[in-house]
Amino acid sequence: MKVTSQAFKANARHALGDPNLQKAMTNLRSGFVERRAHAVSQLPEWEALRDEAVAIKKHTLAQLDFYLEEFERRVVANGGKVHWCRDAAEANAAVLAICRGLGARTVTKGKSMIGEEMGVNDYLEANGVTPVETDLGEYIIQIRHEPPSHIIAPAIHLVKEQIAQSFRETHRDLDPARQLKDSRQMCDEARAVLRPRFLAADVGITGANFLVAETGSSIIVTNEGNGDLTQTLPKAHVVLASLEKVVPTLEDAATILRLLARSATGQEFSTYTTVSTGPRRPDDPDGPGEYHVVLLDNGRSALLGGEFEDMLRCIRCAACLNHCPVYQAIGGQSYGWVYPGPMGSVLTPSLIGVDQAGDLPNASTFCGRCEEVCPMKIPLPRMMRHWREREFQRHLPPRAYRLGLAAWAFFARRPALYRVAADWAARMLGYVGRARGRFRALPLAAGWTRTRDLPAPEGRSFMSLWAARQSASRSAQ
Amino acid sequence: MNPSRDQILGSIRRSFRRGPLAPEALAACETRLVTHRRNLIPERARTLPPRGQVELFVTMAEAVNATVTRVKDARDVPAAIAEYLARFNLPQRLVRAPDPVLDELPWSGRPLLETRRGVAEDSDLVGVTACFAAIAETGTLMLHSGAAGPTRNNFLPDTHIAVVRGDQVVAAYEDGWDRLRAARGGADGGVAMPRTVNFITGPSRTADIEQKIELGAHGPRRLHIVLVEDGEAS
Repeated sequence: MKVTSQAFKANARHALGDPNLQKAMTNLRSGFVERRAHAVSQLPEWEALRDEAVAIKKHTLAQLDFYLEEFERRVVANGGKVHWCRDAAEANAAVLAICRGLGARTVTKGKSMIGEEMGVNDYLEANGVTPVETDLGEYIIQIRHEPPSHIIAPAIHLVKEQIAQSFRETHRDLDPARQLKDSRQMCDEARAVLRPRFLAADVGITGANFLVAETGSSIIVTNEGNGDLTQTLPKAHVVLASLEKVVPTLEDAATILRLLARSATGQEFSTYTTVSTGPRRPDDPDGPGEYHVVLLDNGRSALLGGEFEDMLRCIRCAACLNHCPVYQAIGGQSYGWVYPGPMGSVLTPSLIGVDQAGDLPNASTFCGRCEEVCPMKIPLPRMMRHWREREFQRHLPPRAYRLGLAAWAFFARRPALYRVAADWAARMLGYVGRARGRFRALPLAAGWTRTRDLPAPEGRSFMSLWAARQSASRSAQ
Repeated sequence: MNPSRDQILGSIRRSFRRGPLAPEALAACETRLVTHRRNLIPERARTLPPRGQVELFVTMAEAVNATVTRVKDARDVPAAIAEYLARFNLPQRLVRAPDPVLDELPWSGRPLLETRRGVAEDSDLVGVTACFAAIAETGTLMLHSGAAGPTRNNFLPDTHIAVVRGDQVVAAYEDGWDRLRAARGGADGGVAMPRTVNFITGPSRTADIEQKIELGAHGPRRLHIVLVEDGEAS
């Protein structure tokens, strides 16, 4: 996938001025945020389940090599195959080889963020295999040639009029006079258009929410049923999964599943939770004849044992996106790669480099909502801070920014001087700004005043007021 | 032999500054894989008597847009299905999974109800299946693939009708796994997994267009459960 994270600031400015995006993003609150809060309130064991889920993932990550080898052993015992891939290029080559082996012309796809990370659609298309996205949101952005803007609702940045327009441009064999006014009509149209594609596909590609070491199974969670038609009907089922998806047992998967749907969509349980183990058995009347797991590292093994290891607990529920004031304001595409929002601000620099994605960990108000709602208790703000520190150490931020920070650090390390300087600055600004009570422009403060006024200080700094108050109360005693 | 595999495993071990697992750690992990230790299971269904679990299953299933009719006896199932189809103005024609449980039902008592036994095709509008278990906690059906259970039948038809016996209702997913292990125990104490286990909670849905929930995205638009109460554990 093409990276535009370097242009984050320009992307974000553009998104803030896009009226359709701004309208569409208001659906986030009533949709995901309120439904999640309700679902959590219905489960008294919520906090205890979070703790257990964290313990499961910590244990698994600490012995990841063991659990991956066990997983592979059982996949093979059930007649499947695991393809170990260090990077996207190896993973794409593995998928193409499977398609070529079956003479595949079209593949259907369930939504997979690993597939986005690999850029598998473009790769297959360039090599003569047609990929068809089947998740409704993913299908919409595929026909619009856009990247996803959300990890579970890829088309959340669009309003229905835009989607209707894309359907009319793509489904040219349908009656141009047909109605496409509401989501019901568009949903029915997508169902009718995609059903024959499901039936005709040679290979079905899905992601995986979990890999289970105990049984060699992959688990996907969907609401539409597209993932199931994708993996049931074709000749081969290909699972795209990254290393950290593995959990020890079916019981462990059940525990984390109790957190996943509630955190993601606010459902008690997703409509379809599907556990797949190997290819069709001799007496099975249907199912794929081949089962492949493409197991992708892409930099994850190097995160273990370090300050970003906790990020590998992420189950991709998107609660941190949904609750992030920055994500809510600018949507997902501004982040410029596969993973947006707080989890993306931590993961993207880890996977593609802080030189490419240094702006992302800065796109946070540090309000802490992301960590609060994260079912896996990932300390997202702390890790964004780690990235800011590394970015600074590597001299990546602009010179003016660095100079400003250095000046601030000079005073911050000298509290007495800081107090005098702050008091002096407050009095000065208060004096200059006394007529209007605010500044519309100020040297060195354009980043603030470009989009809002800076209120003029009303005279003295907090510290000097505090000191005055303390000495007044002392003399009163 | 496989350079990528070796490099990935090597990279994991390098990150932890260790080699393969030490014997004690290895033994602990191996034990974990075969003992099926349960984590915390919410009280919601766990502490209920069987009767209460059936009631919770019905409540939770209905909360996610499934519909439920109850019959006293398995022999009443074909009639209940015919009535359901009539109520929603659906064709009196269905495909039923090649499951012995369904074979035993008196379909011939409803001559106007046309049934075909086998694997669902795209043209089948109504499909009837049995199920392996039903999970009270969230109103979830548990089905698995096999000679008696083609997976297509759970997804292709517009209307999915599942026949559930009262004694198939269990509290939690973990109880479903234990029943599967008991039914399909492997030689090593593990389970001979079917190709697919489907947990189904309500009909297919999507909210991908402006967060508005629509039923029937790609899977069934309707999920109807016929609950046979005579099979209940007392």
